[in-house]
Amino acid sequence: MWSNFLSASIFYLIAIVGIIFAILSVTLKNMFHSALALIVMLLGVAVVYIYLDAEFLALVQILIYVGAIMTLVIFAIMLTAEIYNKNIKRHNQQKLISLIIASSMAGFLIFVLSRFKAQAGVSFFEPLTLAMIGKELLTKYVLPFELISIILLAALVGSAAISKKE
Amino acid sequence: MIPLSHYLILSAILFSIGLYGVFTRRSAIGILLSLEIMLNAVNINFVAFAKFMAPQALAGQIFVIFTIGVAAASTVVGLAIIVAIYHNYKTIFVDEIDVMKW
Repeated sequence: MWSNFLSASIFYLIAIVGIIFAILSVTLKNMFHSALALIVMLLGVAVVYIYLDAEFLALVQILIYVGAIMTLVIFAIMLTAEIYNKNIKRHNQQKLISLIIASSMAGFLIFVLSRFKAQAGVSFFEPLTLAMIGKELLTKYVLPFELISIILLAALVGSAAISKKE
Repeated sequence: MIPLSHYLILSAILFSIGLYGVFTRRSAIGILLSLEIMLNAVNINFVAFAKFMAPQALAGQIFVIFTIGVAAASTVVGLAIIVAIYHNYKTIFVDEIDVMKW
């Protein structure tokens, strides 16, 4: 009972922190700060994965998103964006109408989803293990698995070719 | 136990925040960051539905692995394009890169 309450309140705390840092990430003027805020939001999403019994995905999220992608993004920010220049406008003129569209979409979705009554999740099942994920990846999903390797290789070569100077 | 709809509401809020960021950011890197928020919202949806609707099937989690891989590839290529654009035009603000608009 008490542990249920504790885990639920920690989930809502993490969700609120993630939402706050997502808002910070899209509104902050300094691009470097907004990348750091996005890192906190990605860690929050990793915690949400743990709540959903997807520990492997949480680790993948931390390794790939926080470890690799955000490092790349911060490198790109330091190479391009003029973060020292305080006079550049960072947002365009469509703030008000974008706020209306985004918040009306969020309101509509929340309205629909809050009336959504799903049957309670089945609790008594064998937990999904990493071995099962690996077995599925190399038997049933082997074609997409190989395709994603080719896509990643192509992205590697392509980005190196695009960004080099003549 | 947290009900399914709360995960979906969290994901809807994150998706709307990402949409706002895509609409308002001037910098191309900012748009990429907002896209990452939207992709993460979608991934939460996948895993939540997989857990509550078909707890024995691994399809949800495996789909999220592929989504993360494709997102990584797209981010890498996008950042390379942004760096190349910065070399050529000395700006990364998408409203100033208008050579293809006449």
